[in-house]
Amino acid sequence: MKVWVELFVAFFKTGLLTFGGGYAMLPVLKDEVVAKRGFMREDELLNYFAIGQCTPGIIAVNVATFCGYKLRKTWGAVWATFAMILPSLLIIMLIASVFKTLTSYKAAGHILAGVRVGVCALLLKVVWDLCVRIYKNTQNKIWAIFIFAVSGIGLLLGHLSAVTVVVFALLVSLMPLFIKRGKK
Amino acid sequence: MLFYEFFCIGLLAIGGGAATIPFLFDLSKKYGWFTPEDLTDMIAVSESTPGPIGVNMATFAGFETAGVLGALTATLALVLSSIIIIVLLNKLVNRLACEEKLHTLLKGVQPAVAALILNAAFQIGMNNLKDWLGIGIFMSLFLLMFLYKKSPVFYIVLAGALGYLFKL
Repeated sequence: MKVWVELFVAFFKTGLLTFGGGYAMLPVLKDEVVAKRGFMREDELLNYFAIGQCTPGIIAVNVATFCGYKLRKTWGAVWATFAMILPSLLIIMLIASVFKTLTSYKAAGHILAGVRVGVCALLLKVVWDLCVRIYKNTQNKIWAIFIFAVSGIGLLLGHLSAVTVVVFALLVSLMPLFIKRGKK
Repeated sequence: MLFYEFFCIGLLAIGGGAATIPFLFDLSKKYGWFTPEDLTDMIAVSESTPGPIGVNMATFAGFETAGVLGALTATLALVLSSIIIIVLLNKLVNRLACEEKLHTLLKGVQPAVAALILNAAFQIGMNNLKDWLGIGIFMSLFLLMFLYKKSPVFYIVLAGALGYLFKL
């Protein structure tokens, strides 16, 4: 019973105290799960992050699911994930319910206009960082640039949907796996 | 409907938070549940409140669409795909080999994700950078992000303050 409570507290706190998700929550999670509670070793946690990043879905949720599963199997996974998303649910619903009223003030219009410009800059920075990371970690750089270019052109000129682009990229990345198998 | 769409986003948004944004843009076009402007505000709120961005976005988008029930549905659908995949992955006997294959596969998708987010940023830019003042603020914020590694919250607050000051 105690493990369930501890599991909940650890992930609730992580959800509440981290901004942005992904690797931003590593320090808090390390503190809560490794140092304070000894649920797992640090290298295990880092390993979960590595896998969580390359499985579909939100990285933070993937890591919570992995940790929960390690301690209490399937229901542990569900429980840890629930604890992790609960702060988001509560806080965002609260903000969302007053957001329209708040933004109807005249001053808010100017602030929001500024914020939207800021969001655009932030997203561009995200793309930049992602491109740098991909370029550093990929051996086949020309291939990566090719996929980037084809997706980009498809989005701009073909107005493809995000689903189409991701499925296309998945299929294209599947090809080398089959070719390798054929050679054997 | 809401459940199905967010379940798919959970399945296909590879690489976390920001990867959900392009999918939400498609949703706004497809159903008109919320406008692109709403979505831009959601990104700002999600970045500057606690919790993973992807989860925050799903809750907000769900709430805009169908209130509290919508928020719960969208968020649960989003995380359900994660839970299913990871529990399955854990049940596999040959987990390590499988993870390695998944890794090579999803690494190939990353450039496409970058293109998707770039396209989302481009759309937001087209809608919101209307005059030279806006473009100037945009450029200076972007430059500042390279010079100082501050949290996104800092830049969102700064952008809001600049917008108010210059009556954007």
